[in-house]
Amino acid sequence: MSDQTTCGVPAGEEMLRVKDLETQFRVDEGVVRAVNGVSYSLREREIIGIVGESGCGKSVSQLSIMQLLQRPGKIVGGEVWFEGQNLLEYGPKSAEMRAIRGGKISMIFQEPMTSLNPVLTIGRQLTESLELHLGMNKKEARARATQLLDLVGIPSPASRLDDYPHQFSGGMRQRVMIAIGVACQPKMVIADEPTTALDCTTQAQLLELMLSTIDACKGSLVLVTHNLGVVARYSQRIYIMYAGKIVEQGLCRDIFYRPRHPYTVGLLKSVPRLDEVRGHRLVPIVGTPPNLIDLPPTCAFYPRCSERTERCLTEPWPDLTAADGEGHLVRCYNPAERTGE
Amino acid sequence: MVTYIIRRILMGILVLILVSLVVFFALRLLPGDPALIYVSGQSGGQGVTEERLQEVRKEFGLDKPIPVQYWNWVKGVVTGDLGTSIRYQQDVGKLFAQRFPVTLILGFFSVIVSTILGIFFGLVAAIRRGGWIDTLVTFLSYIGLTIPVFLLAFVLIYVLGFKLHWLPIVGWTPPWKDFGMSVKQSIMPVICLATIPLAVTARQMRSSVLEVNNMDYIRTAWSKGLRERVIVTRHILKNSLIPVVTMVGIGVGIIFGGAVIEETIFGIAGVGQLLATSVFARDYVVIQGGALVIATIIVVVNIIVDISYGGLDPRIRYE
Amino acid sequence: MSEVFVMDAPETVAAPRVSEWKRFLKILFQRKLVVFGVFVLLCLVLVAIFAPLIAQYDPYKNDMAHSLQSPSSQHWLGTDNLGRDVFSRLVYGARTALEVGFGTVAFAAILGVILGLLAGFLGGWTNAIIMRAMDTLMAFPMIVLALLLVAVLGAGIQNVIIALGVATVPGYTRLMCGTTLSVRENEYILAQRAIGAKSLRTMVRHVLPNAIQPVIVLVTTMLGNVILAEASLSFLGIGIKPPGAAWGSMASAGFRDLGTHPLLSFAPALAIMLVVFAFNMVGDGLRDALDPKLRGKL
Repeated sequence: MSDQTTCGVPAGEEMLRVKDLETQFRVDEGVVRAVNGVSYSLREREIIGIVGESGCGKSVSQLSIMQLLQRPGKIVGGEVWFEGQNLLEYGPKSAEMRAIRGGKISMIFQEPMTSLNPVLTIGRQLTESLELHLGMNKKEARARATQLLDLVGIPSPASRLDDYPHQFSGGMRQRVMIAIGVACQPKMVIADEPTTALDCTTQAQLLELMLSTIDACKGSLVLVTHNLGVVARYSQRIYIMYAGKIVEQGLCRDIFYRPRHPYTVGLLKSVPRLDEVRGHRLVPIVGTPPNLIDLPPTCAFYPRCSERTERCLTEPWPDLTAADGEGHLVRCYNPAERTGE
Repeated sequence: MVTYIIRRILMGILVLILVSLVVFFALRLLPGDPALIYVSGQSGGQGVTEERLQEVRKEFGLDKPIPVQYWNWVKGVVTGDLGTSIRYQQDVGKLFAQRFPVTLILGFFSVIVSTILGIFFGLVAAIRRGGWIDTLVTFLSYIGLTIPVFLLAFVLIYVLGFKLHWLPIVGWTPPWKDFGMSVKQSIMPVICLATIPLAVTARQMRSSVLEVNNMDYIRTAWSKGLRERVIVTRHILKNSLIPVVTMVGIGVGIIFGGAVIEETIFGIAGVGQLLATSVFARDYVVIQGGALVIATIIVVVNIIVDISYGGLDPRIRYE
Repeated sequence: MSEVFVMDAPETVAAPRVSEWKRFLKILFQRKLVVFGVFVLLCLVLVAIFAPLIAQYDPYKNDMAHSLQSPSSQHWLGTDNLGRDVFSRLVYGARTALEVGFGTVAFAAILGVILGLLAGFLGGWTNAIIMRAMDTLMAFPMIVLALLLVAVLGAGIQNVIIALGVATVPGYTRLMCGTTLSVRENEYILAQRAIGAKSLRTMVRHVLPNAIQPVIVLVTTMLGNVILAEASLSFLGIGIKPPGAAWGSMASAGFRDLGTHPLLSFAPALAIMLVVFAFNMVGDGLRDALDPKLRGKL
């Protein structure tokens, strides 16, 4: 239904390029390779989707870019090029990195109930980034904060600035999070499962709201989600992640109509699609995501794979190789030929 | 908030009534005839006759039924009449009036010192988790929790008093009489009193900060690009202080307990010393009054602490 | 192509189950300070049991001719102002400490567990009365409450045990009440009650297994606290009566000669601290090994 409108070929200059990012967590049981050589890019005013089951490393990869990892998480390799600068050369607490965070790249988190500080007013939590990055004084920041709350659809915004988070509903809090995310008109917003915690109708409303506000400030968006339906609707390009690696990437329409990786195929089968013939059965992917500790060098999807071959066990996980379609890459020895029914 | 305060105060009053019952019945229901104790205490064991006992019973209303005795006692307490000391043959209220200021001044400074330093050390240890400061603070807080007050006093007296001759060993002068002397004489007692609550507060603060540090909203704060100092002072501190405030109430209790030992060692004429010597003399009237007053102070401090929660945590304020 | 994926055993196999006991010991002895604590406590118990064999002198016999001697090969830690051997008195002091410690904790734990069970099980008014009574006891500093009770009961080891026991009951009661309430909320128990098995006995059978671990942790830490409190009372001269060998009264007696014979007061005071420290360490270790969730709650 949305083929022409949202899966168009992206335009604009490339603004972010992540190369071979590797992030690990050292725990008692071993090393968790949460992000294991991930590369992707983002252009100006583009929306990309990063999709995978929970625990596949999609959130960690985004926290790594912002250098917001909590111990014992550690970036062990890779580059993050943003505006001609490798961000990983900056220290996590450096002034340069702080100027990027919230100013040029901002993040909207998935838990609206816990992502706002319970002892500070909504106004304070909005104005602090405005004062910091835009150099506003208290009065200006307050006026701008009122505008922002209005923008995200909070009624009587001026009076609600002095309220505390617990006086807001979940959906309202997520609106506030969006307002905080776009407060300084960042070039890029990372939305980590922005609507998962909300009910369906609110989800749709908030996604639309988020996109329109980001569009209004001419920013790009990285949409991190496990929900293919959401990315299908809004993003131009899609990256599918599994066990810390990107297993398939390409334009939205290629991923949806010509998926090559068995995991992508499985994901597509497990979500309801409006353009499918009625009576099509949803098929869940069997098994659970792998434990990321001490992964074998071979394909991590092997145990759950329907297309596995001898080669998958004897040879290491293959590189991303070109498939048909612009920028369509897949990491599989035995990719599906054409799965569109 | 108003209903919260009222509820808290009513609860406090209930506990105070129960405290008075405990103090009263501890002496009335347990073995031992108070009149006998009084008479023998007064006369050094001689002159204990049945007539004298009857006389005393009548004088103190001990011949009346227990509830009436309790009521009379409470009436006296509320009007400031805590009875007459057996040992000093003096009004207990007056005895306390001389001695409470001493204990309260030393205790007040100990609360201030232990709270401020405890919060500071706990915060620094948590922020530099795993670093040498953290190791040091954790280890010292273990020591602080386990060291007997008198051992600490011995070390201080031995080193600062006997060996270095820096500080006077005994006595205490009120600051309005000789300020310099008062400060000198206060240093060791305040260290003794403050050490345990300091260790308790530092430990609580450390674990509280570590917990807050893992919260999603701290990640949000970092994602805004704020400086670490701003994140600590604006986002972490207030949240982690909420459980630590309780420690102030507990600390006051620990300090009153410690004062009994500390005042005995340093020869300070405060309530703690009075209680210790009164137990020796079985001067139960003094102990009764002292326990009552101290428990009342602690209950009141706890009410204040609970109300100040509201100032820190808006979730309580608006309930 | 609508073939279902081949079912396979999930890759995430749980780590092979080490026996609970081994895991417990491994975590318990992970920290060096816990090992140290266990060692100290073992020594303490052995010393208390074999006191007559270890002490070379009668701890109660005065020998004015040899008073206030410095440490020597005959008197390892010297003698006190009455000529008694300090080392021997320390050894016998271990007995007093353990006697008071275990006596008090047993008294308080049994009373507290029963009260907590009743408060949690019966709820309503019983709960309100018991818990308010505990709040009341907690309004007094432990030493002050003990002073009050000792003033009434008189000094002596038994009365110290009763006084400290009463002062420490609230901890156990609160713990048990909390556990009982949470078990009562448990669906399993609700089901049992639905089929008519509503009895205190059922309750006890289900609550005790849940409560045993936190109670063990609390008991261990309380042993340290109680020994410390007994030392304070003895220091004030109102705990163990002289000539009984209690570390607190030894420290107090030695205080008079602190300037010249610091060992007289330092030795017993350090012994107290060592034991309290050991109990705390072992308590923390037990807490972490038994149930990491208890961290910060006890």
